[in-house]
Formats: sequence, C-alpha cells, structure tokens
Amino acid sequence: MFELTVNGTKHQVDVVPEMPLLWVLRDELGITSPKYGCGIAQCGACTVQIDGAAVRSCQARMADVAGKAITTLEAVGNGKLHPVQEAWIEHQVPQCGYCQAGQIIQAIALLKTIPKPSDKDIDVVMSGNLCRCGTYERIRGAIHAAAEKMGGK
Amino acid sequence: MADMPTLSRRTFVFASVAAAGGVAFGQYARAQQAPASAAATNPLTADLGPNSVTFNPWVEISPQKITLIAQHADKGQGVGSIQPLMIAEELDLEPNQFEIRFAGPSPAYFNTGFSHELAPFMAPDRSPEAEKARAAALEWLRKAGLQMTGGSSAIPDTFDKLRMAGAVARETLKATAARRTGIAAADLRTEAGNVILPNGTKIPYVALAADAAKITPVAVTKLREPSQWRFIGKPMERLDIRSKVTGEMKFGIDRKMDGMVYAAVQLNPNKGQPIVSFDASKAQSMPGVRKILKISNGIAVIATNSWYAMQAAERVDCVWAPSKYPAEQAEHWKVAASSFVPQFLGKEWRNDGDVDAGLKEGTLIEAEYRAPYVGHQPLEPLNGIGIVTDKGMEIWVGHQTPQSVQAIAATAIGLKPEQVTFHNEWMGGSFGHRLEFENVRVLAEIVNQMRGIPVKLIFSREEDFRQDIPRQIAMGKYRGSVKDGRIVAADFQVAATAPFKELLARMGTPTKDPDGQLAVGIWNLYYDIPNYRAKSFEIQGLSPSTTWRSVGASANGFFTESFIDELIHAAGLDPLRARIEMCKIPIYRKVLETVGKMADWKGPLGRGKGRGVAFVESFGTAVAEIVEVSMTDAGIKIDKVWVAADVGTVVDPVNFENLVQGGVVWGLGHAMNCELTYAKGGVQQTNYHHHEGMRMYQCPVIEVRGLENDYTVRGIGEPPVPPAAPALANAIFAATGKRIREMPFNKFIDFV
Repeated sequence: MFELTVNGTKHQVDVVPEMPLLWVLRDELGITSPKYGCGIAQCGACTVQIDGAAVRSCQARMADVAGKAITTLEAVGNGKLHPVQEAWIEHQVPQCGYCQAGQIIQAIALLKTIPKPSDKDIDVVMSGNLCRCGTYERIRGAIHAAAEKMGGK
Repeated sequence: MADMPTLSRRTFVFASVAAAGGVAFGQYARAQQAPASAAATNPLTADLGPNSVTFNPWVEISPQKITLIAQHADKGQGVGSIQPLMIAEELDLEPNQFEIRFAGPSPAYFNTGFSHELAPFMAPDRSPEAEKARAAALEWLRKAGLQMTGGSSAIPDTFDKLRMAGAVARETLKATAARRTGIAAADLRTEAGNVILPNGTKIPYVALAADAAKITPVAVTKLREPSQWRFIGKPMERLDIRSKVTGEMKFGIDRKMDGMVYAAVQLNPNKGQPIVSFDASKAQSMPGVRKILKISNGIAVIATNSWYAMQAAERVDCVWAPSKYPAEQAEHWKVAASSFVPQFLGKEWRNDGDVDAGLKEGTLIEAEYRAPYVGHQPLEPLNGIGIVTDKGMEIWVGHQTPQSVQAIAATAIGLKPEQVTFHNEWMGGSFGHRLEFENVRVLAEIVNQMRGIPVKLIFSREEDFRQDIPRQIAMGKYRGSVKDGRIVAADFQVAATAPFKELLARMGTPTKDPDGQLAVGIWNLYYDIPNYRAKSFEIQGLSPSTTWRSVGASANGFFTESFIDELIHAAGLDPLRARIEMCKIPIYRKVLETVGKMADWKGPLGRGKGRGVAFVESFGTAVAEIVEVSMTDAGIKIDKVWVAADVGTVVDPVNFENLVQGGVVWGLGHAMNCELTYAKGGVQQTNYHHHEGMRMYQCPVIEVRGLENDYTVRGIGEPPVPPAAPALANAIFAATGKRIREMPFNKFIDFV
C-alpha cells in the first residue's frame, strides 16, 4: 500500500513499487488528464507536477513519489482557470488536444523559472513535448500571452 | 472548360463503379439491394425517447435537451465542433444550448463530399459533362450509403446539408408553435433556442418537442445568406477547446466501465501473418496478470492495470510466421525500382501532345525521386473497449468508418455486422491511422474469449509502431526537356504501393480499378506543358500501405513540384514567376500570386538564404507554399513559411489557420526526419525518438491566408501537406545548390 496526495485528496493504492505514477493516476485513480503517449519520456503527454515541479509521470516510480503532492491539469488553476489555460483558450491551441495537458503543465513550469521567455527559451523548454497535430506556433503565442497576463512574475 | 487539358479524365477507384452502378463494391453493392430509401431513413427514430422529436438524422429534441449529431468523426480536425455549429447557425441555438453526439452507423450518413473526388474530372472543371458525372457519383453514394470521415471531405459533405437540417428543424418548430398559438408561422421568429411570439413570449424548443413530433417536417428551399451568418466565417471558439485545456475531455482511451479489465498485446511484427506458438511461463506469474490469450496473430494479456498488461505482454516469447513481403528494406527498394514495367501499370493518366518527340528537343533532364514508408503515430495509441454477450458485441472506439468497424469485428468472431453496436469516441489524432482496423479485429478476438466482461485494449507505443500500416513507398522516374526558356516536354512515372486500393480491400470492398490516389500530383497538373505524359505503376508484394494524411499527393507532390523546379531552373526562369505564367487555371494562378505577395518574393536572396515554392491541388483544394531557409553552423534552419489556400468558403477561420499550420508541420517534419524501414520483417522504428515528426525547436513561423475564389466549398485537413516537402527541398536548393530527391532529407543534409 502506498499513500499519495493528488490534487489535494489523499489516496491509498495497492500496486507494485515499480509501477510508474502515470498508470496509478489513470487506471487506479481514474484521473485521466495525464496521457499515455510513449512510455519512455519522449512525448511529454504524461507531465504532472510533483511537489511543484513538472515531471514525466511515466518515469516516476510509485515507490519514489509516495507521500508527495501530485497536481494534474484538473487542479492547476485551484478551482479556476490558470492564466496559462486562459491563454490556451484565447489562442485556440488544441487540435486533437491529447498532448495539451502535458504542454500546459510544462509551460507553467517554464514561466515559473523564466517569467518572460524568449522564443528561444520556449523552444528549449518545450521541445520535449511532442504535438503530432503541429500546434507549436500557437503554443508559442499562448506562452507569450500567459507571460503577459502573469505580469512577468 | 476551355483551358483544361483535353485528356483530363481519370478513373478514380469509384468512377467506373459509379457509372456501372456499384457492382465492384462488395459490401456497398449489398447495401444497394436494400430499399433505395435506406439513406432516407432517420436512424434517430429507433431510440427516440417519449415526447421527443427528430426532424432528420442530425437533430433530436427531447423535453429535457437538444442533441445535435456529429456525423463525421473528430480526430482533432475540429469537426466535432463545426458540424453542430453549422446546424445551430440555422436552428438559432447558442453554443451552450445543445449536446453533441457522434453518429452511429447508418446509410443516412452517406458522405456526399466524395462526389467530386469520384467523378473523373479535374477539380476546376465546371463543364456540364463534369457536373453530370458528379451528380451521378452523388446518386451512387446515396445508394451505397458509405459513411466515412476522410479525404478532407467533412466540410464539403456537410456545409449545405447540416445548415438545411437546422433550417428544417427551425421551420418545423415554428409551425408547431403556430398550431399551438394560432399565430401564423410567418409572424414567429426564433432566437437562442426559443420560438418567439410577436408579443415577446418565448416558447423553448424543448417545450415544443412532443407536439413537433406530430407534424411532418416543413420543407425548406432557401438557406440564409452569408450576410446573416452568426458563426460561419467568423472567429469562433471550438466547442471542444475548453474541455481539452482543463483536462475534462474524455478520449476513447479515458473511458472506464464497471468491472473493466485491461488488455495489452504482442502481435506478429510481420504484418498480416499469424502466430505459430508461444511460451507465457515468464509472464503468467507477473503482478496483476489475470489471463493470457492466444489470438490469430499474437497474444493478449488481461490484467488489472494497463501497465501490468503491457509489462507481461512483452515477456511472452512468441514464434511468428515469417513475412510474405521482403524481410529487409533494401529489397523493398529493389522491388520498387523494378516495378516500372507494363505488367504493373496502374494507368496512363495523361498523354498530351507528343512526349517522345518533345523529349528529343532542347536539353533533357532526368531524375529519380523516392518517398519511404512513414508512420501515422497519432499521440493517442490505438485502443478500444469491447464486450461480448449473447446479444452480440458492443464496441467503443474512435474510428472513421463506423460500418466497417461493425463488419470487421463481426467477421473476426462469427457475428453479423448488425450484431455489433458501435460507439464513436473523440480521437487523439489519426492522420489515416483510424481508418485501419488492427485494434478493432484484435479487440473483437479478445472480448470474444472474455464474454460478459468489458475489456479495454491499449496498444503500447511500440506495438502501435510495429502494427502501423504505413504510407505507401514510392519512386518517381521523371524526365523533361527545356528549350528557349520554356518546358517543352515532361514524362512523369510513379511506382508506389496502392494505399487506397489496399484500404478498400481491407474494408471488404476490393476493386480492380487503378488506385486514383497514385494519380494525384501527376494527373491534376495545371501547368502549360505542351507535351505531357503521366503514368502510375502499382508495386506488388511489399508491405501493406494505407492512407496517410494527403495520401498519394504526399509523395507525388514532392516528386512533381521538385522536378518542375529542376526544369524551371534548367530553363533559367524564376521559380515563382514561371509557375504563375505556366498555370492555366486563373483562380489557381491567384493562389500562387497571393503567396508571392505574402512573402514579398523578389527572386534569389543570397547570403546563405534560400526560398522555395511549391503548388499542389489535392482533394480539390489548391495550396501554394513558400519556405525560407538559412544555412547556419548547426545546419539548415527553416525561418518562415507562407501558405495560400483556396477553399471557396472559409467556414471556421481560426481552426482553418490552425489546421493549415499543422499540415505544414506534418509535411515538413516527416519530410525532414522520418521513415519506417523493415528488418527481419518488422519495422525498426518503435517509438518517437526514432520517428518524431517535428518538435518545437524546428518549427518555423507559418503565415496563412485563406482565399475564397473557388466555386464550391473545399476541405483543408490534408491539402496543406503536399506542397511543404517540395517547397522545403526547393528552398534548400536555392540556399545551397544541393538538390535533395529523397525523403527524409536529414539523410542528406543537417537541420538545426
């Protein structure tokens, strides 16, 4: 049995210690915004926040994340839309949308460390998040807009 | 039309069928024997609740809610949003006043949008003969009842009929209110889900449902003028955007059922071949494993969590039957190269003037082009949920051809198609992948062995790569001659596996007609070249192949527009100006002129920079692109792309721009970075680090302009793809002098 806190709620899960967090969230807890895309940290669709840091949940073993606070896209705005989500809607970023949970969480992490990122900063940080529909330009635009909304803080 | 080439007929796979009345279409020929009224029967009637009404297959109103049916499947292209909004345009609903449901299988949802593609006339041809052929194709489609999302046809199919569906519902609700109130329908109006009386009293549509069911739907002859449109052509928020940004959207892979178990598979990497034997001793005792099943081409592990299932599936040792196609990639290319012979001729699509004589004039240019197998690999892997009971099978899976899902699943487990109940799902991409059936067939076999228990099947990414039926492999043998600053003759030959013909065969509707997709990009060439010949050859005995976003044009467009660039260069002409001057269709010339203006094209840039242009019409939509690159110490950098596309009417402008940008990224990324190669009968690329398309750091700024000069509304999902690769190759040539004739380009040049 492991205990973990997801979006503020405590859960007990009975899985093997090697099971990556992604499958705990999706199949054990029914939290489906983190997506399975590649399973080897090549696509970023499974990105969640673990103690505030953006992490590929397909690579985080249950034994290593037990007891930590996990936040998924469902809760990044604390009950309202996060400015990054607002920007994502205004720029109509998604097509299929499957990668976008990961993109948004990665973008939030980017803006935390670089409040006013350049295109180059965005390229460096966001290139680990694959989008097969090709929404990259809108992602760039939305990140700049979110930086603006957040006042560069 | 006067300036069309005289030998302009093509025989698309459907064309002779349409003329002959459907004899070559197994499954759909049977549909034809059904009463001709099948397409006129409203499938919503069967499950209609009490006091509810349905006016047509797209609108259903109960006392509680309004439901609009999305006929075309949504794989990210936005039709789950724009289809109901086109109904709402005429029905006077606001975007938050209805629920959206995907259509079940029914001939009522036959795709009228294929009528242009099926008629053997080029897209800009408006001659009476062409229109007559399109009308005949439409009648054939009505009888066949073929329901399919694909071929960039969703908007051409639904633009009129969904607005009409909304208008009929509106007028019938008004007639119902007129009966109830005694006020003439002409004095009533509608707004935001209400019929409004002259005194301002509002009657909600839902309050009229029961009475509306008692009257015959009112015939409507006229749709609203564009000046009255509230949604169409205006920037609007896609109805699925918010749920995709908050994480609420449930894709097929996210659905959960009570008592559900998970399945993962290991399938024969030699596509289409069975399993011989297996040893599951290592997997059996792994955590979470419930059961290990044999299926026709592999094994399935049933477990309590999809990760347990995937881990165990990998640990089963399987012995596979060997491949029927060559095991090694080099052999595939050898077979391709030897296919330019009469016995493999698909069709001679064009033969204008005297090509052999023309080739003897002036300077002869010859080149060979190649396009490899490529994967689809949408980010949501193949999956599905199924359950088999005594009544039959129920399946939840995102798919583009509902009727074929029924047929494939039924055939796999000895049911009749009507015993399979199909529910569509929101899809995390497709690009052609969700037109195929690997997950459907495998899921049917699994749930048939797990009767009464719902099973969610998820392909691991590696399994998805290994089972992905790729884009066709293609070679082009191109010759041309130039003299006195103009192209005198051109002779284009393409040999490729036949993607659409193979898909039709897998759907159970084989045809002997040549694959019309292999004509796109060589048949519909609009340049004034006096002596022109185009032939396709269909390679036999290689890997299966299928439709990959833009299909035939994805390879042929690259070959043709690169080689046209070679001829223009040899003739000493400017790549853009020469194309504009050679282009015989006035509205297409405008597309080229527009993209030139957008980019402020003034000829060579120099200083390590280069621009390339390409123009391809596919699925009736003309698209021109200019790519600008620069040479840097780290390799070629794509600085900017300009795109002009003529779709007649831009229906959903924000989404239009997004789709065009995505199409360019798709076309460029795969041309630069991707191929699938075979070794020992299986593909060697098994995850995104082997086949990543394009990532953010390579993505240029992409400026888009939609034109509305075409006489009919066109699709935009696929047409931006084909010009991207040749425009990039031509830009690289302009910058470096190096001509790249084979994809992926990164085998020949470094990119940033």
